[in-house]
Amino acid sequence: MPNYRIHKTEYIDETKRVSFKYDGKTYFGYEGDTLASALLANGIHLVGRSFKYHRPRGIVSCGAEEPNAICQIGSKKDLTEPNVRATELELYEGLEASSQNCWPNVKFDIGGINNFISPLIPAGFYYKTFMWPKSFWKKVYEPLIRLSAGLGKSPTEPDPDIYDHKYVHYDVLVIGGGVSGIIAAKMAAKNNFKTLLVDDKKILGGSTIYQNNESIKIDDKLSSEWLKNEIQEIKKLSNLTIKTRTSIAAYHGYNFLLAKENLTDHLPEEKKKNKIRQRLWKIRAKKVVIATGSIERPLVFNNNDRPGILLSNSINKYLDYYGVTCGENIILFTNNDSAYETSISLHKKGIKNIIVDLRKSASSELIKQAENLGIKIYFNHVVTNTFGYRKINSLEIMKLSEDGNTTVGNKIRLSCDCLGMSGGWTPMVHMHTQSGGKLDFRDEDQVFLPKENSEDQISVGSCNGDFDLENIIDKTVNKINKFLDIDNQDYQDTNIICSKENDKRNLWLLPNKIPLGKTKCFIDFQNDSTAKDIKLALKEGFRSIEHVKRYTTTGMATDQGKLSNMHALGIIADTAGVKMGTLGTTTFRPPFTPLTFGTLVGRNVGKFFEVVRKTSMHEWHVENNAEFENVGQWKRPWYYAKNGENMHDAVQRESKAARDSAGILDASTLGKIDIQGTDASEFLNRVYTNAWSKLAIGKCRYGLMLNEDGMVYDDGVTTRISENHYLMTTTTGGAANVLSKLEDYLQTEWPELDVYLTSVTDHYSTASICGPNSKKILNKLFPNLDLSDENFPHMSFKEDKLENINCRIMRISFTGELSYEINIESKYGNSLWKMCIEAGKEFNLTPYGTETMHLLRAEKGFIIVGQDTDGTMTPSDLQMDWIVSKKKYDFIGKRSLYRSDTIREDRKQLVGLLTDDPKEILEEGAQIVSDVKSKPIDMLGHVTSSYFSPNLNKSIALAVVRSGKTMKGKKLIIPMENKNINVTVSDTIFLDKENKRLNA
Amino acid sequence: MFLINCPFCGERDQSEFSSGGEAHIVRPKQPTELSDDEWAEYLFMRKNIKGIQFERWNHVHGCRKWFNVVRDTSNDKILSVYKMGEKPPVNYK
Repeated sequence: MPNYRIHKTEYIDETKRVSFKYDGKTYFGYEGDTLASALLANGIHLVGRSFKYHRPRGIVSCGAEEPNAICQIGSKKDLTEPNVRATELELYEGLEASSQNCWPNVKFDIGGINNFISPLIPAGFYYKTFMWPKSFWKKVYEPLIRLSAGLGKSPTEPDPDIYDHKYVHYDVLVIGGGVSGIIAAKMAAKNNFKTLLVDDKKILGGSTIYQNNESIKIDDKLSSEWLKNEIQEIKKLSNLTIKTRTSIAAYHGYNFLLAKENLTDHLPEEKKKNKIRQRLWKIRAKKVVIATGSIERPLVFNNNDRPGILLSNSINKYLDYYGVTCGENIILFTNNDSAYETSISLHKKGIKNIIVDLRKSASSELIKQAENLGIKIYFNHVVTNTFGYRKINSLEIMKLSEDGNTTVGNKIRLSCDCLGMSGGWTPMVHMHTQSGGKLDFRDEDQVFLPKENSEDQISVGSCNGDFDLENIIDKTVNKINKFLDIDNQDYQDTNIICSKENDKRNLWLLPNKIPLGKTKCFIDFQNDSTAKDIKLALKEGFRSIEHVKRYTTTGMATDQGKLSNMHALGIIADTAGVKMGTLGTTTFRPPFTPLTFGTLVGRNVGKFFEVVRKTSMHEWHVENNAEFENVGQWKRPWYYAKNGENMHDAVQRESKAARDSAGILDASTLGKIDIQGTDASEFLNRVYTNAWSKLAIGKCRYGLMLNEDGMVYDDGVTTRISENHYLMTTTTGGAANVLSKLEDYLQTEWPELDVYLTSVTDHYSTASICGPNSKKILNKLFPNLDLSDENFPHMSFKEDKLENINCRIMRISFTGELSYEINIESKYGNSLWKMCIEAGKEFNLTPYGTETMHLLRAEKGFIIVGQDTDGTMTPSDLQMDWIVSKKKYDFIGKRSLYRSDTIREDRKQLVGLLTDDPKEILEEGAQIVSDVKSKPIDMLGHVTSSYFSPNLNKSIALAVVRSGKTMKGKKLIIPMENKNINVTVSDTIFLDKENKRLNA
Repeated sequence: MFLINCPFCGERDQSEFSSGGEAHIVRPKQPTELSDDEWAEYLFMRKNIKGIQFERWNHVHGCRKWFNVVRDTSNDKILSVYKMGEKPPVNYK
C-alpha cells in the first residue's frame, strides 16, 4: 500500500495507530488525523461521485467548505449519518465510512453515464423536461426523480444519542481561534471582560499554527512558534473560556448566537456510550468579535474537478499539519502569492513542484524565495485542460493574451499527479451578514467585506479582508482596543516580518480556445453547476443572483456554496457587464455548517417532547382500561374498553348507561378561572354575550364568549359564588387563551375595573355524575345535602363536605340528563372519584370518556367550540340567538354581529342531519351538496359532528350548511368516494326537546 | 431573538414574551354609534411600517403584564419601552 505520509508533525501521534474502514476496506491512520488526511495518506483521492453527472470526485479542501468528500458514517439503522465532511471528521478507532451517490461503487458507477449525456441535461433540465404530459408528474416523474435524488441515506430508527442545550452569557464572544481571534480573546480577558472563545477545530491556531516559512516571523520566531506561546498564555487567563470543536451555527439579532459543540464524535464507539454527543450552546454576548478567517477560492477552468485537484492551501495543511503529501509531482496554479508558501513547503520536503501563475509577473519575498530555490514558474499562463479519469495525470497550459481574455501560443502539456489551485481568498462574512450586517465590495482583489455599523459586533483578521500577518495583527489590536474601549499595550512592541503581496490579477472564468459549450468548468462541485449553466441562465433571461442561483442550483448543496458563490457572482457580473459590487450577494442563511436534528432538539424527545398534563384521577383511568385522547396537553379518557371492547361498542355501552341509569366523567380538565372584585359582574357583562348582573348568588349560567369580530371564541358555565366572586369554566383547549384574552382587556381597555383573574384549573378536580340515578348517588355521598329541586334546582350551586373536605357542587348538565359536578381540591380528586364509583355501584354508575360525552351532547344539540365552530361562526349561525342580549349596550363582539357580512342570510349555519338509512354514520368533515350532476358541484357545507346514537337507535349528525336555517326537511347529498349518502336536514336537538330529563 | 426590557421585570429573552400587534388602538367607547366602515377600521386595519413602530407586548411567561414597545422594524432595535396608560415617547414619530 502506498504511503504518502512523508514526515512527522507534532499534531499526528504516530504511536497511536488507528484502524478504520472506508468503503468496506480497512486502512490505518493515526490519532490526530481527519478521515480526509488519513485517506490521502493512503493515496486515496477519489471519494465520491458528483450529484448530477456522477463524475469521479476527490478531496478538495481541509475544512468546512469541502464540497466533495462527504460520506456516510456508520451502517447501523439508528446511528448512520449522511453528508459528513471527511475533512472535518476526526479519525477514531473503528470508524466506518463510505462514499455516497454512487452505485455499485465509487470506482465504477453506473450513473457515470450521465457525464456522457450531459449536453442533454443543462441548467433547468428538470423544469423544462418534466412539465409534460402534466399527468405524468405525480405517477412517473416524481417517484423516479426521488429515487435518484439525495446524497446519503437517513437513519431509519430513532437516534439513540443524547444531546444537550445550554444557555450562557458573556461580555465578549470571540468566534474563531486563529491569530486574530486569539489576540482579541487575550485582550478582552486581560481587561476583565468575561470572554468566550470558540473554534471549530480540535486545536486553536487557525492556519498560522502550522506556518513554517522563514520569511514570516514574529519577534524573531516562526509565526507558529510565537502563536503557540500566545495560546499557552491565554489558557491561563481565568475569565476566558475556550471551547474547541465548537462551531457557530447561527448569529441572530441582539447578539444571540447558537453554537454546536462536538463532544464525542471523535471518540471510538465504546467511549461514546452514555455521553452527550453534541451540545447546542445558546449564547448571549454583549459584544461579539468575528474572526472567522477566509477560505481559498478555486479557479474555474476546463475539467477543474478531477480527483487530485485541491485547493493549494489545503495541500499545504495536509503536508505541514498532517505530514501527508497529496502527490509526488505537484503543479500549483495560482493568481496570488499564497500558493508560493505551499510550493516552498513542498520543496523543503523534497516534493517536486512547479507553479503556473496567471499574473504577468510578480515580486515579493515569497516569490523571491521560490525563485531562489529554483522552482519553475510559468507567469502569465493558464491551465486550459486536465486529464486522467479517476485521478489527474497531466494538464495543458497556455499563455494568456495581453488583456487576459484569450489564450495565445502553443499548448504545453505537463504531467502531474496533483494540482493545487488558488484563486485568492474569500473573507468569511457569513456571521457578519447573518447578524444583519451589510457588505462593501473591494475591487482590488474582488472581495466582499463587512461594513461596520454596529457597536456590538466587529470583524477582525482575514474575514475583514486583512490578509498579511502584519496587517492582521496591527489592525486587530487597534480595532479591539477601540471596540472594547480599552488601552491594551501587550502587542505594542511585537515585531512582525512578513512577505507582502504586490500584484493581483483576478479572472473569474479562465479563457480557453475550446468553446464554452464543450467545456466542463465547474463552479459548484457538489451540485455540478458549471460556468456554462450560469451563462445559459443569463441567456434565458434570469438577472437576479437569487434567481440564477435557484435555476442552476449553484450554491444550494450541503456546502451552501462556500467555494462557488463568488465565482457565480463574478461570471454573472462579467457576462452582464455590471460591477460585481452592485450585484449584491445571495443571502447567507444559518446554519453555517449543517446541524443534526438531535442537536436542535436537545433533550426534548420522547416523553420530554411535550408537557403532559394528567388529572388526579389519571391512575384510576389507566387501571380501568381507559384509552386516552390528547386534548391540548391533557390526557383525557377517550373511552373505557371493557372486556376487550372496541371503541364503538364501548361508546354505545357508556352512552346507554348514562341515559338509562348513571354515568361519570372526569371533567377536571375544563379551564377554571377564579374572578373576584367589585366589578366582576360588570366584567362578565362585557365579555359574555348574555346578561350577568341579575345572576343570583349560588346560581350558574351558561355563557358564550365572542371575539371582537363577532365569531364564537369559547363557552362555559360560570357560577356566582358570592357577591363579588365568580368561578368561570372554559373549554379544555381554550383555557389559557381565554385567560390571556381576559387579562388583555382588563389591563389595556378597562384598567378602571376592579377585577382579579386567577387560573385555578389545576387546583380543583371535577367528577361529573349524570343520569336519572345521579341524585341517588349524590344523596349517598352527601346525605345532609337537600337535593330537592326546590332547594337545589338545575343551574345552581351548593357547598358541602365530603368527610370534612369542602366540595363545590354544581347542578349543571352538558348531557341533557340530571347532572351534578363535584369539585374538590385536586389532592383529593382520586379519593372523590373512587368514592363516587363506590357509591354508584348499585346504580351501574358507568365511567365514560370524551367520545361518549361528545355523543351525549350531540343528541341534545349542544355545540363544542372548535368542533362545530371554526372561528367563522356567529351565535346566530349556531342558531343561538337566544343567548345574545338585546338590552346590553356593549359586549366584546357585539358591533360585529350586524356588520353587512355577519347578517348575510346565506352564511353557513348549524343544522342537524339525519341519514335516510338510520344505520349509515356520516364521516365528520364530509362535504355536503344538493346536486351531484351539474359540475362544478356547488359545496354547501360540511359535517361537523357525527355519531350513532344508541338511545335513539339511529345515526345523528351536526353540520354547517349554507342558509341552513331555512332548509329544515330538505334532502341533501353527501358524496363519498364510492357512494352518495342521502340525508335530511333536521333540528339540531335530537333528544328530549322539552328538557324533561334535566329534572327527572 | 430580541432582548426586551420588561418595565416590571427587567431585561428578558424574547421567548418569554408574546407580541400583541400595533399599540394605541383604543376600543371605541360607543361601538353601536359606528358605521360598518368605522368599526372595520378599528377591527381590521393595522399598520405595517418599515421603520419606527409602536407595538404591544405581553410578558406572558413572566409577570403576564402588557406594555408598549417602540421598535424600529428595519433593524429590530427596541428604542423605548413604557407601561400601558403611559404616553408614548414624543421623540419617535
